Amino acid sequence: MNNILEVKNVVKQYGDYTALNNVSLQVPKGSIYGLLGPNGAGKTSLIRIINQITMPDKGTVLLDGEPLNLAHVKDIGYMPEERGLYKSMKVGEQALYLAQLKGLSKAEAKKQLDYWFDRLEIQGWWNKKIQELSKGMAQKIQFVVTVLHKPKLLIFDEPFSGFDPVNANLIKDEILELKKQGSTIIFSTHRMESVEELCDDIALIHKSNKLIEGKLIDVKKEYRSNAFEIGIMSSNVEGLMYQLTQKFTVGQANFKSLNDDLKLEIQIGNSTPNELLNILTQNGQVTHFVEKIPSVNDIFIQTVSK
Amino acid sequence: MSILKLIIKREFIAKVRNKSFIVMTFLSPLLMVGLAAFVGYLSTMKSDVKVIAIHDESGLFLNDFKNSEDYNYIDRSKESLTSLKDSINAEKFEALLVIPKELDNKKLASEIKYISNESPDPDFVSELETTIAKRLTKSNFEIAKLDTLAIKNAEAKVSILLSKASGEENVKGLNYIKVFIGASFGYLIMMFIIIYGNMVMRSVIEEKTNRIIEIIISSVKPFQLMMGKIIGTSLAGVLQFVIWAILAGTLFFVASLLLGINITPPAAGMVSTAAEGSIGGLQLYVNEITKLPLITLVISFLVYFIGGYFLYSSIYAAIGAAVDNETDSQQFLLPIILPLMLAVYVGFFSVLNDPHGTVATTFSMIPLTSPIVMLMRIPFGVPWWQLLISLVILFGTFFLVVWFAAKIYRIGILMYGKKPTWKELYKWLKY
Repeated sequence: MNNILEVKNVVKQYGDYTALNNVSLQVPKGSIYGLLGPNGAGKTSLIRIINQITMPDKGTVLLDGEPLNLAHVKDIGYMPEERGLYKSMKVGEQALYLAQLKGLSKAEAKKQLDYWFDRLEIQGWWNKKIQELSKGMAQKIQFVVTVLHKPKLLIFDEPFSGFDPVNANLIKDEILELKKQGSTIIFSTHRMESVEELCDDIALIHKSNKLIEGKLIDVKKEYRSNAFEIGIMSSNVEGLMYQLTQKFTVGQANFKSLNDDLKLEIQIGNSTPNELLNILTQNGQVTHFVEKIPSVNDIFIQTVSK
Repeated sequence: MSILKLIIKREFIAKVRNKSFIVMTFLSPLLMVGLAAFVGYLSTMKSDVKVIAIHDESGLFLNDFKNSEDYNYIDRSKESLTSLKDSINAEKFEALLVIPKELDNKKLASEIKYISNESPDPDFVSELETTIAKRLTKSNFEIAKLDTLAIKNAEAKVSILLSKASGEENVKGLNYIKVFIGASFGYLIMMFIIIYGNMVMRSVIEEKTNRIIEIIISSVKPFQLMMGKIIGTSLAGVLQFVIWAILAGTLFFVASLLLGINITPPAAGMVSTAAEGSIGGLQLYVNEITKLPLITLVISFLVYFIGGYFLYSSIYAAIGAAVDNETDSQQFLLPIILPLMLAVYVGFFSVLNDPHGTVATTFSMIPLTSPIVMLMRIPFGVPWWQLLISLVILFGTFFLVVWFAAKIYRIGILMYGKKPTWKELYKWLKY
């Protein structure tokens, strides 16, 4: 079984409104999976179904090959976008309670808590109430209670919203560490830079439908435009431009460089990069040669506005 | 530990540790006892003695008016009416009783005047009337040349004996005890529902506003959470009630010893006055109370308590889930409070007069009122089949309502930002 989670033809309706329209997903084991989509696309509805908070009207969800059931609660850790804890409850008791709800024994929960409190250097907070903590501190606790029971599948809804850069980085490192230890992580986000940086796979949901799914690299390949950004120091600019425009579509490029060179964006179409490179090297000193890879952001906007 | 137990435990501890809970637990009995002691103290204070001037031109009645704790009589027969009236205005005395000189008793009876600026206590006026009537009757007897002694001996005194068909003797005023016992149980249930139902609602709203709800229900079923909340809160409530009972009992005892005030609950007062008039006295009452269906009463109290409380608090939980904050809950609370109030009124007015009448019987079947009304009826003896039907209806409704409440709860806890209407709640049921 290579997929930890399989969503098969899930339909969810609220009254007349269809929140998910025949959505299928496959989340490979051990991956970081980005669930992308604009607000109101149906991401949260899907996550709630995976968490068994609501039931799908049609379709099935398999976790590790088995249809979802109550026993799976302990295999999933979920950090919702709307964070919250009991304000007047002590940090330690609260974390213990939430861990026990996930099926951990009290002793085991205590052990795990000690580990995480040590790791995040928050040992002194055990007897504090949440209302005495700052927002960032409370979010650390929130993270701890999400991962405490060592779930196979972690679901973070907008994990970095509300974190300051230091904490966001800390959480990012912890997430990567959890991946290393074998957990699968689903991100639901519209912060594309974190997707670019962390995700192995992505799926894009828009208006209740899944539009794209696959390995990030494959998706990018599919959306590549065979365009190259080049920089060149040439004494024969006119001749070069003539040669280039004969063969390719040429436009102005905009990138930072240390040299006072000619910056172009060239669409090579069916030609190979080497053909372009040959022309360039014959006409001067090449300072910059990069394939223009579509960013997730580009793909996102391109798909959603289609 | 099972999930439900965990939730119950958390809810219980969260309630019990709450500062306002602790303050209320220990302050309420103090307040109650303080209030009762204060009222008791006030009632022992002597009210001002009112002076009644009597202007008796006939000279017949002067000796019949005896000074009492509240009223003193003074003879002002010799002063003129005008100066006496001025004295009333000058507040030298409370009132003036004018009895004219009139030989015809019939005429006299209709010409006696009571002059005062304050409106008199009707009881006092009728007391005056009785006194005067007695004297006039005697005078009438004498005028008719009747033997007053013979008449006195001929007067009959009647005290009707109450008894059941089975032949047991019954005691007048026992109805008061029965109503008092039933009413205190019914009232207890109502208080409990309102106080702790509200607590359940607040606790649901708290989880919603804290936004922890989504984390919790990704681990447990909403139904478990709701039931855990209701049970946990009710356990905290039971604890509070027990502490109240113990504290209030102790304090009452201490207060009555210290102040030397006789603080008797009103119903007990009723009983003792009623008992004076009856033949058997206190012993009979004690006998009668022990003959009440005490075991049935206690068992039904527990059963109705559980049924009623759970029925109402699941509605409270659903309301809590449907709204975002407590102010929004008002529009949904009215339908809860209304049947509770109705039940208490029906209990006091209908059950006392006619415990097995149509009204009382009907309301002891309707599930929203039966926990209170039926408990008030039980001391009067309710046929077992009525109890059974009432309980079946109550628990049937209970399961139905819990099912509905759980549905609304399940949807409501994830809905934020807008105040739902009744129509939307109905839509949620179909999701």
